[in-house]
Amino acid sequence: MDNKALTTLDKIKDSEIYFSFIKSPTAIVSSILLAIIFFSSFFVEFITPYNPFDPSSLSLMDAFTPPSWTSDGKVEFLLGTDGQGRDMLSTILYGSRISLIVGFSAILFSLILGVGLGLTAGFFGGKYEMIVMRLTDVQLTVPSILMALLVDGIARGIISRELHDEMAIYVLIFAIGISEWPQFARVSRAATLVEKNKDYVSASTIIGVSNFIVMFKHILPNIMRPVLVIGTIGLALAIIAEATLSFLGVGVPPTTPSLGTLIRLGNDFLFSGEWWITFFPAIFLVVLAFSINLLGDWMRDTLNPKLKK
Amino acid sequence: MVMLVVAFVSFSLFNFVGDPINNMVGEETSDEERAELRETLGLMDPIHVQFTRFIINASKGEFGISYQLRRPVSELIIERLPATIELVLISALIALVSGTLLGVYTGIKRKGFLSDFILAVSLLGVSLPTFVIGILFIYLFAVILGVLPSFGRGEVVDLGFWSTGFLTISGLKAIILPSVTLSLFQMTYIIRLVRAEMMEILQTDYIKFARARGINEKSINYKHALKNGLIPVITIAGINIGTLIAFSIITETVFQWPGMGFLFIQAVQFVDIPIMSAYLVFIAFVFVMINFIVDILYYFIDPRIRVKGDSASG
Amino acid sequence: MKYGYFIKILLAFFLAFAPTQAFAKTIKWSMQGDSLTLDPHAQNEGPTTQVSRQVYEALVTRGLDMKIGPQLATEWRTQGPNTWIFKLREDVKFSDGTPFTSEDVVFSILRAKQRTSDFKEYISTVSGVKAVNDYTVEITTSKPNPILLNQLSNIFIMSKKWSEKNFAVMAQNWDAGQETFSATNAMGTGPFKITLREPNTKTVFKRNKKWWGTMKDDKVTEIHLLPIKNAATRVAALLSGEIDVVTDAPVQDLARIKNSPAHKVESTAQMRTIFLGMDQGADKLRTGNTGDNPFKKKAVRQALYQAIDIEAIKKKVMRGLSEPAGIITFPGVNGYTEELDKRLPYDVAAAKKLLADAGYPNGFEVELRCPNDRYVNDEAICTAVVGMLGKIGVKVNLFAQTKSKHFKELKDNQGDFYMLGWGVPTLDSHYVFHYLYESGASWNRVNFSNSDVDAAIRVMEGEVNLDKRNAAIAKAWKIVKDDISYLPLHHQVISWAAKKDVNVPIRPNNEPLFRFASFD
Repeated sequence: MDNKALTTLDKIKDSEIYFSFIKSPTAIVSSILLAIIFFSSFFVEFITPYNPFDPSSLSLMDAFTPPSWTSDGKVEFLLGTDGQGRDMLSTILYGSRISLIVGFSAILFSLILGVGLGLTAGFFGGKYEMIVMRLTDVQLTVPSILMALLVDGIARGIISRELHDEMAIYVLIFAIGISEWPQFARVSRAATLVEKNKDYVSASTIIGVSNFIVMFKHILPNIMRPVLVIGTIGLALAIIAEATLSFLGVGVPPTTPSLGTLIRLGNDFLFSGEWWITFFPAIFLVVLAFSINLLGDWMRDTLNPKLKK
Repeated sequence: MVMLVVAFVSFSLFNFVGDPINNMVGEETSDEERAELRETLGLMDPIHVQFTRFIINASKGEFGISYQLRRPVSELIIERLPATIELVLISALIALVSGTLLGVYTGIKRKGFLSDFILAVSLLGVSLPTFVIGILFIYLFAVILGVLPSFGRGEVVDLGFWSTGFLTISGLKAIILPSVTLSLFQMTYIIRLVRAEMMEILQTDYIKFARARGINEKSINYKHALKNGLIPVITIAGINIGTLIAFSIITETVFQWPGMGFLFIQAVQFVDIPIMSAYLVFIAFVFVMINFIVDILYYFIDPRIRVKGDSASG
Repeated sequence: MKYGYFIKILLAFFLAFAPTQAFAKTIKWSMQGDSLTLDPHAQNEGPTTQVSRQVYEALVTRGLDMKIGPQLATEWRTQGPNTWIFKLREDVKFSDGTPFTSEDVVFSILRAKQRTSDFKEYISTVSGVKAVNDYTVEITTSKPNPILLNQLSNIFIMSKKWSEKNFAVMAQNWDAGQETFSATNAMGTGPFKITLREPNTKTVFKRNKKWWGTMKDDKVTEIHLLPIKNAATRVAALLSGEIDVVTDAPVQDLARIKNSPAHKVESTAQMRTIFLGMDQGADKLRTGNTGDNPFKKKAVRQALYQAIDIEAIKKKVMRGLSEPAGIITFPGVNGYTEELDKRLPYDVAAAKKLLADAGYPNGFEVELRCPNDRYVNDEAICTAVVGMLGKIGVKVNLFAQTKSKHFKELKDNQGDFYMLGWGVPTLDSHYVFHYLYESGASWNRVNFSNSDVDAAIRVMEGEVNLDKRNAAIAKAWKIVKDDISYLPLHHQVISWAAKKDVNVPIRPNNEPLFRFASFD
């Protein structure tokens, strides 16, 4: 997101979007929050001395240390430790990295699939278009979480157990990504239909520019705005979907926990007074999803002038 | 058509995901016994014969025996069906009614503290995963306040074909937390949709014209604008029932609600293929039915829509 | 007011349902899992037996003090080394009204010996059973069996007539996924009968009015079993009053439950020892990286043993509620001594040295299989072990799964390194050796084999002279302890939590007996 957002911003620095961004406190605050989360999640090795994924570095006697500001807390564990003696802060950051990787990859996957299908459908039309659009209809009626669960269930049956833990993250990306693509397909098809009839496209076709180049060089840049909006909102959905699947116990394995897995594991300690084990990952997840949604909301309002007064 | 595709998917699930024989017998079963079982189950027949049989059985509601619970899947589904339906209906009702009301309010009063507040909360609602809400509710209402039950359906009354929780106090109490949890996400969705629709309609010419004619605001807002604003809500409501059924998987897990979603999630964990394929077929059936009903509703409410197509969702 | 009518209806509604709520003497019982089947001979498994025990009775049974006493048989004697005569209680009726006779006993014992029964190994020494008259039964064994009574206490008696009428003459074949009437219905001579059965959701036990015995408290008329898989939800349900008694209260929540003025907690040492098994039979570990099987060397097994900080597990994972164990049996079992139960010291340096001396200075890799819903904090214990073994260079990959899959795959001999817990329902060491140590035994998944131990097991089975028999037991324990065939972890301590005014006596085998339950 970092990079993509930046390059997009570079391109449109002088546009109204940039000014709208500067003027919108929610957009700025959420961007800053997101930047912090992304940065700390991806450079966690440089931030914390702990590696919660290496069991031999843990000491069980450190388990259940409360956050550092409480009376039994220890300075070295800022947000306390979980039941295995893992430092909560590092575990959350490592977990958030997994959540982000899954979320981004899933959205990227559905973006490529959706835009590819939508673009070609709009461009070529005919039977192909009909089939693609019919597929999006069917796919749209199947709720994403159900689709993801099914994919995961089937994967469990097909992939051998030894491989499953290693493959879990890819299965998850595929499962979440496959349910989000119709949004992209619809938007890009609609935009393509509009662009296709414009003079420059017909002109290029007449000069003999290949279909491929017309689609990707001329039409694609014109549909990036709505795709970006859908992508941002989709990212929040994908992160929540990942957390949900992991919470249900069908996501990533507990040895490399994502935020959802952490909440599930911490849930067992909700009543025993060790609230921080489930509370911090949950808050972190909500802040992450909320920031993305705020940004997405702002983008939609800005990029969709119809609703602006 | 859709049903056939789904049926084929679940059929392949049943046949190619894992060896059904291995899932059914213990390790001490001899090869001859396995072959015999394969024969009696008809697994030696050509694929198209098996598929036809699968379709026939499925249409009769027979999906074999659960690997995990060792009981006929059809029986399990029927047992769990009422719980899920009741939960989903109540949730849909909550989401629709309160979503529309709040959406209309925020659509009309576009500025103002309460509107901003509702919108902010609704955005938070979209960002809060259902399971986090569920855990919060359990902690707050069941543990700290101790006013509402945290799991199960309470006392149910068996009507023979249907077991309902609506006829007892404990049953009614038990449905509050799960249904509110389940409805929140949909509610925020509907608020935003209705609000957007209202805002768009209030700017259309015919509303402006009505205003110019001096018709009072209330009548404009509720009689003219709302009526048109509700059309997409109906589509969404249709799709939402499907979504609610799917999301009930999460709610049912958190609240130990003995419905089909709970059954399904356990089936996924156990790789209990018969339950998974039956659930799939069932969900597809529900979706097809919902789409059908929504289409009919369209026809009655606004014939224009048939021309406009499905631009509402997207 | 136009709401008046509505309020009246609501009021009527409340009044109609309120009284039944207030005066019902129902005990709502919850635990993690449910009975797998109501067929009393189809599955030899904890929760399954716990449910069956409320409905079915055996010839003899263990009381609250865990001593064997009469139940359907009033007295018994031996006639020669291999023959037992049981006198039956005469005033007993099944809950459907049919009188109970010796025919039912003969039928039930033969049923439990069928191929499809899960108890066939359990009473494998029973070679014949016949009815002498209506109220006398003769049981013959293939060799002298000092623990026959212990074994019979878990063989439930069914009605022959009922079973025949409902096509349930054969025990349900659980492994083949068979459906039988007996799997979803239960009809016995016990204090309760099951009136509603929704697996994994709700089971309703109502008082059996025809029961021959007396209840401790007549107010106890109904038991509802409501399994709740999630520990936090289970505790929430108890604290909010929806559940009266939980027979597997999570250790991390005991402090909180004790703090609640309306609830109480009881803990007792359970008759179950948790341990890890290491396959010493395989030539090559299935999940290893060294191309051989390090577990074949005793030094390696000892290194693993000494690398486990059992006190840390007790303090942090079990919150003090466990007893570190030196052998896989517990106080109260014939053959247990405190001396045997002493552990080797926790010593990481010694463990590292042992490992290096055995030829694995850099450790090795192996997978640890664990159940995640069977024993108290099973998965958390395994996770802790993974970390501790990591410190001596043994890289352990944890694989935790649900109990039914874990056990099935263990029985298929798929594990290199696994967790198991062992209870001893017969309260005699023989049960441990017979299943865990005898060459080729069904649960001997470490593939341990020692002819001296096998010989000692033969003595345990056939020797009537108690001193000689006990000597054999002591000798066998010494051999297996010195060999470190398994890594014992701890004896489990169980905790039951209940409302203050609901008394269900806690029992070390974790089996509640609701006929002894009472209200304050």
